[in-house]
Amino acid sequence: MAGEESHGQIRRKAAMAVLAHSKVTDIAGHLSRIELPVHEDLREPENGLVMVRGRVGGDGAPFNLGEATVSRAAVRLSSGEVGFGYTLGRDREKARLIALCDAMVQSAEFGAAIEAQVVAPLRAAMIERRNRKAAETAATRVDFYTLVRGEG
Amino acid sequence: MTTVAGLPAGFADKVLSAQSTFRSVMDAMARPGSIQRIASTAGTPATMMRGTAAIALTLFDHDTPIWLDSRMSATPDVGKWLKFHTSAPVVVDASIASFALVGDPENLPVLDRFAFGSNEYPDRSTTLILQVESLSAGPVVELQGPGIDGTAALRASIQPRDLFERLAINATLFPRGIDVVLVNDDSIVAIPRTTRLVRRG
Repeated sequence: MAGEESHGQIRRKAAMAVLAHSKVTDIAGHLSRIELPVHEDLREPENGLVMVRGRVGGDGAPFNLGEATVSRAAVRLSSGEVGFGYTLGRDREKARLIALCDAMVQSAEFGAAIEAQVVAPLRAAMIERRNRKAAETAATRVDFYTLVRGEG
Repeated sequence: MTTVAGLPAGFADKVLSAQSTFRSVMDAMARPGSIQRIASTAGTPATMMRGTAAIALTLFDHDTPIWLDSRMSATPDVGKWLKFHTSAPVVVDASIASFALVGDPENLPVLDRFAFGSNEYPDRSTTLILQVESLSAGPVVELQGPGIDGTAALRASIQPRDLFERLAINATLFPRGIDVVLVNDDSIVAIPRTTRLVRRG
């Protein structure tokens, strides 16, 4: 049971990692191809601030770096699954859609469809975007090296 | 997860519902003894009336410690619901509570247990939210004070029976004191600390 639960959490985490980095229009576009279950907003989408903390030198004493805007929402399906959505920025609709996806990922009925038709294509697009960015950056890379100077 | 799955929802439209509820509470406080309606709807835990839930969603936040009476804290539902939707801390010590939710006003503890505020900060007092039997039937009480033109008659069956006698301490404590909001379903009546009982009908 514990193993099964952690497996479910891994899936939710993986889905959340993709959804949080996707555009709201893309999520909505992919979701529109699936027949959505009946659901209600357990927590209306809302904006807030979270304190971002850093560590001096990467591993030293923690300090407050600054505040970041986040949006969050909670959605409950009629079958009882509750999904949570958190995302940076003020896009409330995105937080709601992420929460809806999170709830559907947990449901036995919709889990597979969400994985195949929403998360997978978004993940592919995200990896493609990252690779392109990395390639663009790599193209401008400069290697510095010092020639041995002849002394005397 | 199973705990959150059973929670009643919050306001369907957070901003407008909170604004209209705030307006109702403000009008009730400004016109003591008058009955105000709370139009907004929200999911409510089993022991909470609609008005109580709407007031909680509107006025409670992480800065307002909440005290629950034995009826409200009989099941963890109310505490969990408050925590999820309002992030308000639920406290055992009534003397530091900003609000007290009372589902069984018959057994209301003595008022000394709640916060009266200080002379410098009279606002740091506990506001009692009492769920009463009826705000339309029962004996008549006549009230007087700021916000009332002459006297206001309130027909209600309020527990505890000696509520107004107990609230007489407000006269001696002023500016400290206790404000009360009576709730029945979606009707509310406020008895702020300046309101005095004139006579019982």
